[in-house]
Amino acid sequence: MSAVLNDETKKVLTTPLVNDNPITLQVLGICSALAVTSQMSTSLIMALALTLVTAFSSAAISAIRNHIPSSIRIIVQMTIIASLVIVVDQILKAFAYEVSKQLSVFVGLIITNCIVMGRAEGYAMKNPPLESFMDGIGNGLGYSLILIIVAFFRETLGSGKLLGIEVFKLAKDGGWYDPNGLMLLPPSAFFIIGLIIWGVRQWKPNQVEKVEFKIMSIAHGEGGHH
Amino acid sequence: MEAYISLFVKAVFIENLALSFFLGMCTFIAVSKKIATAMGLGVAVMVVQAITVPANNIVYHALLKEDALSWMGIKGVDLSFLALLSCIGMIAALVQILEMILDKFFPALYHALGVFLPLITVNCAILGGSLFMIERDYNFGESVTYGVGSGLGWALAITVMAGVREKLKYSDIPAGLQGLGITFITAGLMSLGFMAFSGIQL
Repeated sequence: MSAVLNDETKKVLTTPLVNDNPITLQVLGICSALAVTSQMSTSLIMALALTLVTAFSSAAISAIRNHIPSSIRIIVQMTIIASLVIVVDQILKAFAYEVSKQLSVFVGLIITNCIVMGRAEGYAMKNPPLESFMDGIGNGLGYSLILIIVAFFRETLGSGKLLGIEVFKLAKDGGWYDPNGLMLLPPSAFFIIGLIIWGVRQWKPNQVEKVEFKIMSIAHGEGGHH
Repeated sequence: MEAYISLFVKAVFIENLALSFFLGMCTFIAVSKKIATAMGLGVAVMVVQAITVPANNIVYHALLKEDALSWMGIKGVDLSFLALLSCIGMIAALVQILEMILDKFFPALYHALGVFLPLITVNCAILGGSLFMIERDYNFGESVTYGVGSGLGWALAITVMAGVREKLKYSDIPAGLQGLGITFITAGLMSLGFMAFSGIQL
């Protein structure tokens, strides 16, 4: 195992988790991150599907990277990714039909998920297959981490359940918890991701973006000590 | 006729691709800093959406759907699993053709939209529109309406977002929330606003 997990592999596996997270820093793959997170079960399936597609497409693209003419590379990458997504889609339809119905078009949308394309274009085209595979897994895990955090808040606060198991007893069943319906609606996903980004950037200040305009408070001299 | 109008309004406001299905979010966040560029991208998305959704509709109904090949005398063939591949291929090809046509016949428009066109191939809103069309089994007329409507809805959302962000840059925001964070929260508030349309019964 130690031969496989050398420094480069460890680096590509762990940096996408917080330091270079695909969602909070690279701003990739947000579409599906928001749409499927109202339940934990759909999020887990989606996270797994995306991680596998990213890893295998990176490995495949990296294996043939020296034979792809650069003018048609996008089409080639897309065909590889689309084929993998069709496999995932068919497997889900065969073994997890309910979940596949809930995920509706979002499994298909893994094709245009920018994480997959981004890693293929940005990493797999320049690196050997094994590292690319690990890089795919790492970025998939970074994406999964955010998805799971968002789904955790949305499902527990929105319906008092986690993976369908009751966590808070609901008021309508004689319990104490009055579910927050907003958490099941689309806007809550935006708010939670916004707050996660805030949290991460407080923790890692080097990710904070540059300010375009600085407010100068002349009257009290506050804000001048920056 | 009434059904088409209702579908159109639904596609623009109630089921807005950007704000209630989160499609095309990456570009939505990345290209919404200036109103002019946001509008350019919005128009490009609308044009591409209006062409690709009906085109994919024709391909799906004529070639891929279960028993669709019966006009060729082939029975009992279901190629619908190929829909994903054919949709994305169709989109990539159409965008490429559109780019060439614009370059040849409308150079001014080409230079205005030029940089955005290749981006559109990987915009989830375009593929999402086609996949929704397949999932909801629209006929050709409905697919044209849906294509134009959903494209317009997306263009509207990104333009409004750019308008908000142009003002937002002058406000005093906590350091960690600067940029991406506050953009998400703004999008959330806009999405909340668009939810008000969901009460409309058509």
